[in-house]
Amino acid sequence: MLSRVAERLYWMARYLERAENTARLVGVYDSLLLDLPRSTGLGWQDILPVFGSPARRATTGDSAPADDAPFLRFLLEDPDNPGSLLSSLSMARENARTTRDILPSEAWRSVNELTLHARARLPAAAVQQGRDQTLRDIVARCQHLSGLLAGTMSHGPAYQFIRLGHNLERADMTTRTIDMAATLLLGGRAEVKQYDNTLWMAVLRGLSAYQMYRQYVRRRIRAEDVIGYLLHDALFPRAIQHCLNEIGRALDELPVNQAPRARLVPVLERLDGMVMPEADPALLNRRLDELQRELAGLHEVIRQNWLAPGPGT
Amino acid sequence: MKINWSRYQPGRQHDEMLGADGLLREAARGLGDYLASLDARQLRARQQAAERSIVEMGVSFTVYSEGQNIDRAWPFDIIPRVLAAREWARIEQGLAQRLRALNCFIGDVYGARCAMRDGIVPADLVESSGNYLPACAGATPPFGVWAHICGSDLVRGADGTVYVLEDNLRVPSGVAYMLENRIVTKQIFPELFARQPIRPVDDYPSALFDMLTSLAPRRGEPPEVVVLTPGIYNSAYFEHAWLAQRMGVELVEGADLVVDDDVVYMRTIEGLSRVDVIYSRVNAEFLDPEALRHDSLLGVPGLVRAWRAGNVALANAPGTGVADDKVVYAYVPEMIRYYLAEEPILPNVPTWLCSRPGELAHVLEHIDELVIKPANESGGYGILIGPQASRRECARFRELLRANPRNYVAQPVISLSTVPTVTGRGIEPRHVDLRPFILQGRELYVTPGGLTRVALRRGSLVVNSSQGGGSKDTWVVG
Repeated sequence: MLSRVAERLYWMARYLERAENTARLVGVYDSLLLDLPRSTGLGWQDILPVFGSPARRATTGDSAPADDAPFLRFLLEDPDNPGSLLSSLSMARENARTTRDILPSEAWRSVNELTLHARARLPAAAVQQGRDQTLRDIVARCQHLSGLLAGTMSHGPAYQFIRLGHNLERADMTTRTIDMAATLLLGGRAEVKQYDNTLWMAVLRGLSAYQMYRQYVRRRIRAEDVIGYLLHDALFPRAIQHCLNEIGRALDELPVNQAPRARLVPVLERLDGMVMPEADPALLNRRLDELQRELAGLHEVIRQNWLAPGPGT
Repeated sequence: MKINWSRYQPGRQHDEMLGADGLLREAARGLGDYLASLDARQLRARQQAAERSIVEMGVSFTVYSEGQNIDRAWPFDIIPRVLAAREWARIEQGLAQRLRALNCFIGDVYGARCAMRDGIVPADLVESSGNYLPACAGATPPFGVWAHICGSDLVRGADGTVYVLEDNLRVPSGVAYMLENRIVTKQIFPELFARQPIRPVDDYPSALFDMLTSLAPRRGEPPEVVVLTPGIYNSAYFEHAWLAQRMGVELVEGADLVVDDDVVYMRTIEGLSRVDVIYSRVNAEFLDPEALRHDSLLGVPGLVRAWRAGNVALANAPGTGVADDKVVYAYVPEMIRYYLAEEPILPNVPTWLCSRPGELAHVLEHIDELVIKPANESGGYGILIGPQASRRECARFRELLRANPRNYVAQPVISLSTVPTVTGRGIEPRHVDLRPFILQGRELYVTPGGLTRVALRRGSLVVNSSQGGGSKDTWVVG
């Protein structure tokens, strides 16, 4: 299999997963802001770091908290923001388009329709017209696509690269979602602490984990438990442990896999070491950063090993 | 209302279905009688079935761009063009003869230059060709073959003579349409295939694969063959993907290949994997930024070095385009006599070379009766059809000719033969040409028939897909 094809499939999966999680996270944060009183001082600018963008103020110069539109435009439909939902979908589409010969034909059609749908709907969604519905639609279509690939594509090397991309991105997005709570607790005013519970519920919802947490943890919502569940649960598909296990299984299916398998070991160790007896936001923030760097290191080894081999490798 | 051949009026040009006596030609009798047995409704149903089947098959051919899909940009007409086997045998020989001579010529240009020394082809003509690549001088490709895949365009004049109009030696396309047209036609007229011998065309991908493997430099190992495409934005991308799939080989882009120590590798998930034969659909001048065009992003640095070292075969070889030049074309009959000591089997269309002062004067004077073609364009671009051109266009071309005579040739307007074609007003004659594909490696192979291109507009002589043409299946019968 050509490295270029593997690379495009891997990135298609990463961008799809990123799009799905972005849609989910924006939706949940939207609803969280409605639950928190103004006095907490939280707004859309506070969530930007989670998406890898420095916190910034609205470009309108108007500090009125009511003007969310510039932030939402930035997160949802700004073509110049490589992390916007629409940019992620466009990149997924472009990668799918250039590997059409490999993908089931419905998959290409489905990515194409999804991107066009998003392009048509997101501008209105940025100014609150049916935002919730549009985001849920996008999440559902992303899930449809993942199911389609899992259910109709032969699980050979091509699929394993998709699986790697999905799970690496998912692990990364889970760290970012937990980080959202840590960031808000650190950056917000003192009042935010009173809403601790609401915040961690939002984190669970952002990862579609609320119900599963309830079924498996069977305790009231507590920061330590939520963090522990999302980091270490081996059964919940968005928990980091599960993502890393999936990555390990995909690596096992691929040829010449020694280097990436070796690189997975310290990532797993780092995760094992993340025991959080107390949810100290500053510590959590640091640990999550370290884990993200480990994931980036694993990505780099995957890239060198399979996606961009050159002479001498 | 059934088709009544006595009402079909081909006019003065040669018609491929009806003879001058108004009767069906012998080889076309099976098809003609069958069509006459259908009424208009049945015929329309067949045309619709063909369109449906193209859409179904065409899923992989569909080009999406920003949400619009252009399903098969090129229309298909269900009535095949029929050629008699006996006539085809002669054409086949003529095409093979021509490609052998062209390959001798290209080898000569980059080698000893005998024909230029002996005054058969002027040396300055060769060097002024836009497709002459000095980097290829002295190379010795396997079997002395440079042009492995050739698509020659044939036309038939009013008197029934088949002429060679041009030889496409760079990256000729259309063969996937030829094969696909046959698949559709077999579904539409199965009874006709059962009733008469129609030569099959579907062995082309395996003939192509065999030809390519015959070029492999390493002996004793199954060779790694790849198809090199400029990428998804190229208009013939679907054909590249289609051929790679049918041959069971990788479809690669320039960035997938890397040259190390004069050996070509492709980057795979298992590491670098050696490549033996490249069927290149990238224009030669873009192949290697190191040796050819330095601004090329499509190319592979060092590819020409690896090819010259004999570590990889390139089909077609770089430099082949020197013979795909409408001025060089005029010398092909002489080449056949010179290199092969044979008489040309297929004639050229009479051609005036504007580089010769006497001929330029004739062309300038008769420009409104002639077809003027630039030496190096393809796809029907930059052509003047004198009888249909405005006075202003003629004046503009006179200027172009005077400014750069080397770059133009002139030919008489050939009144292309016609084939019955389904139109909004029933079956009418439409002009066609024919592009057979010829392969040369260790052996020679000619497709039985080829791709018939049809000008769908009444009276139009332009068959190019980019200019409102369509295509038909081509039957060699008997």
